[in-house]
Amino acid sequence: MSKTLQLKLDYDQLTNCMRCGFCLPACPTFKETGLEQESPRGRIALMKAVADGIMDPDQAFQDQMNHCLGCRACEPACPADVKYGQLIEQARDAIEDHDVHSVPVKGLRKVFFDGVFPHRGRMKWLGRSLSIYQKSGLRKLVRGSGMMQLFPAHMREMEQVLPDATAKGVVEQLGTVYPAKGERIARVALFRGCIMDVLFSETNVNTVKLLSEAGFEVVIPNEQVCCGALHAHSGEMDRAKDLARTNLQVFKDAEIEYIVSNAGGCGALLVEYDHLLHEDSEYRELAEWFASHVIDVSKLLFEHGRIPAFTERNAGADEPVTITYQDSCHLRNVMKSSNAPRQLMKQVGNVRFVEMKEADRCCGSAGIYNVTQPEMAGQILEHKMEHVNRTGAHYLLTSNPGCLLQMKLGVRKHGARDQMEVKHVVDFLYERMSSTP
Amino acid sequence: MLDQALTRKLRQIVGEKYFRDDKEALVAHSYDGTPMLQSLPDGVIYPADTYQVTEIMKNLASYSVPIVPRGSGSNLCGGTVPVQGGVVMVMHRMNQILEVDLENLTATVQPGIITAEFITHIESLGLFYPPDPSSMRISTIGGNIAECSGGLRGLKYGTTKDYVIGLEAVLASGEIIRTGGKLMKDVAGYDLTKLLVGSEGTLAIITEATLKLVPPPKSKKTMLAMYKDLYGAARTVSRIIEAKIIPATLEFMDNPTIRVVDDFAKLGLPRDMEAILLIEQDGDLEAVERDIELIRKICESESADRVEVAESREHAEKLLTARRSAFTALARLRPTTILEDATVPRSKIADMVLRINEIARKYNVSIATFGHAGDGNLHPTATTDARDVEEVHRVELAFEEIFEAAIELGGTITGEHGIGMVKAPFLEWKIGKTGIEVMRGIKQAFDPQNLLNPGKMFAKETRKRVVITRG
Ligand SMILES: Cc1cc2nc3c(=O)[nH]c(=O)nc-3n(C[C@H](O)[C@H](O)[C@H](O)COP(=O)(O)OP(=O)(O)OC[C@H]3O[C@@H](n4cnc5c(N)ncnc54)[C@H](O)[C@@H]3O)c2cc1C
Ligand code: SF4
Ligand code: SF4
Repeated sequence: MSKTLQLKLDYDQLTNCMRCGFCLPACPTFKETGLEQESPRGRIALMKAVADGIMDPDQAFQDQMNHCLGCRACEPACPADVKYGQLIEQARDAIEDHDVHSVPVKGLRKVFFDGVFPHRGRMKWLGRSLSIYQKSGLRKLVRGSGMMQLFPAHMREMEQVLPDATAKGVVEQLGTVYPAKGERIARVALFRGCIMDVLFSETNVNTVKLLSEAGFEVVIPNEQVCCGALHAHSGEMDRAKDLARTNLQVFKDAEIEYIVSNAGGCGALLVEYDHLLHEDSEYRELAEWFASHVIDVSKLLFEHGRIPAFTERNAGADEPVTITYQDSCHLRNVMKSSNAPRQLMKQVGNVRFVEMKEADRCCGSAGIYNVTQPEMAGQILEHKMEHVNRTGAHYLLTSNPGCLLQMKLGVRKHGARDQMEVKHVVDFLYERMSSTP
Repeated sequence: MLDQALTRKLRQIVGEKYFRDDKEALVAHSYDGTPMLQSLPDGVIYPADTYQVTEIMKNLASYSVPIVPRGSGSNLCGGTVPVQGGVVMVMHRMNQILEVDLENLTATVQPGIITAEFITHIESLGLFYPPDPSSMRISTIGGNIAECSGGLRGLKYGTTKDYVIGLEAVLASGEIIRTGGKLMKDVAGYDLTKLLVGSEGTLAIITEATLKLVPPPKSKKTMLAMYKDLYGAARTVSRIIEAKIIPATLEFMDNPTIRVVDDFAKLGLPRDMEAILLIEQDGDLEAVERDIELIRKICESESADRVEVAESREHAEKLLTARRSAFTALARLRPTTILEDATVPRSKIADMVLRINEIARKYNVSIATFGHAGDGNLHPTATTDARDVEEVHRVELAFEEIFEAAIELGGTITGEHGIGMVKAPFLEWKIGKTGIEVMRGIKQAFDPQNLLNPGKMFAKETRKRVVITRG
């Protein structure tokens, strides 16, 4: 494995780290543990030590690489512009090449990474099955039977906050082209996401309608596939690249001005397709085109749209509604959009926006981190919820499905206020659009 | 490798979790902020209180194992690289503010607290702790004390040493000494407090510090002056001081820095300028306005090409960006950034900058200079690539000559980053043979076995003065 790591790690980036430590205060795992090896500077030093042959990539090394949330809060903090996100992906990719997962884990990974996520039909199947499970009384039966006790606690908790799934994605509900209201500003394409479209298809639908209201014609190319983020972050690089190539062609054919993402996690990989495929001479140019056209829904609305008027639903109430916002790390640190969502939600009538302490810090969801590293994720979540609770918010808003679920879990486990609702920014805005029927 | 009986003992003292000797922990404590230095320790320990520190020290002493105290490892002189192995003692767990005494205006803290967190707390109480190293978001108060760190406010407010008034420290033997206290006056014997400030972890482990606080300034104003003539900028600095104005901040950037910063931050700085001065004054509103106006006149009379006085906080922030981006912009140029630290009397700034540029040309390396003009503390910063052995060698030769030039101009080899490993070969240039002997005697008195941060401060050999052939 040392060899593979030496091959895959970008030595330039390792050398670029001047070990100044400016990234330390940004890092959630360093904050939780106070250990240098749990910090970006420490992890880079470990990678470099392996590349230099000072250290073997032993189990502890691999565990440490997996301990990183991949939230990339370290990148904006770095004066030397070290591409930490790329380094950690390279390290995980090398580890993955050699990893001997236990048989059940291997099986599960195969099923999900190769078998389900990349395939639209199968995602739909998953959605339908989930939906049947949730609606048919099976869920009640399962919960009642104690069968869930067979799963680890954190999986059980997750199951409880999963929203109702559906096999009817945004295309099934709205078709592949949705016209702009009023004069058209631009034609844009929605990246619908795989998990988004199964668990949060309503958010996708609301995104389209909101965009339409703001003056955008929205196309939703039905041939698009999973973005590949979960693959890339888990070291399945080749798979991620295959998915990217498919998406490039699909969106190029759609003849649009922007590719809109409403999930920070997906969006962050999409804007980096150029990096993902930079060694692919055939696709490089197309990837650069793609990456430069990706934009987050809030940013598109705020910077280019005709922002509709948003009014509070229970207008007339004296007390303003208190809202707060948990940044999606990837939206903030990679897509650099933290201002737009805040500005938009502040435009809703009769709301009071309370910034929570450390809103810019990862909530511990980080893709599938809360499933693979439940202990650290749980610890981070607990601290996060202390800050959330202190805001006294009625609504906790966020911009990414993973964060949304994690926050729901947080409210359920540590929420001080049982009436606190967790919502995607888009849903919150859409419901408050003055012209919504 | 540490003796098994010793590691067992260390684990007993701090608990299983807080002593580590796995490869991961060792690698992660083999470096600090200094480029190109690395050496593995034999163990890493995280004490929780002074008692644990004394127990650790006693045990290490009985096995003659070296100890390297460490804050956040942000120093730039190799101060926490465990060159002789041994145990790295990380102070992060000792991070409490023990007391803020509003009657005496003092704060008593543990050494592991992050400087910025301490400052935030103090400011929330309406008080002011002036030392503000640029690394304050990561550095610890213990590290600041051990390096006697300075910052942008050094000119008017002094540096860390001016604010440390009492210390508790553990000697290599495990014994505790207490120096100073909440006293503004204290002449009982040698000033051990000041001696420990800047001792770079070679004399004792600082376990508690009492710091002086001051009332915060009521207002602040910021300005930026740009010069086509380096000497104009330098004369401005001297004339401001001559006029008996001590600005809170008086920062300097040379032409190579201006270019890099402008490429990076797109501030629209004139690229043909030889120097920029960033000046801030704080205090009572009226006095601040009067000072700024006077300074502006001085800048103009010294033929500043452009002078901008900030009208608002946002505007001030924009002006500050230029200076703040210097490091970030330089760090992005090439893989390895060597931020050095040479100080001259402030009247010699222009001479020094010209010498630096000349030396950089001579060795064909790129060096940009910025720094604290007000106190003559310059940061010539080389951008290079650690993998290019030949170029790095030239950089080293250039720096050697730069330090020599600084001393020639009546300056010193470091104004705030400390000696550590990096400057050890040059220390004798500055303080002479006798100076070294006295310092060795002091070291001997504190740490007879030479266990505390060995290999720092005192070099095996002094670098020979290079023979410079000019002409
Ligand atoms: C980008 C950057 C900017 C910087 N800017 C400045 C600046 O503006 N001004 C400035 O002065 N410095 C600056 N520095 C240098 C550095 O940040 C300071 O020297 C700082 O004080 C080090 O603090 P630390 O907690 O990281 O200490 P460390 O680097 O961990 O240790 C520094 C020294 O202190 C000793 N030490 C640490 N804790 C203790 C203790 N409790 N008891 C005894 N000895 C101890 C160590 O053995 C070592 O010799 C900068 C560094 C970087 C990387
Ligand atoms: S901030 Fe950047 S250069 Fe500094 S230690 Fe972190 S990764 Fe390295
Ligand atoms: S990605 Fe997040 S968790 Fe990982 S090192 Fe960077 S800041 Fe820390």
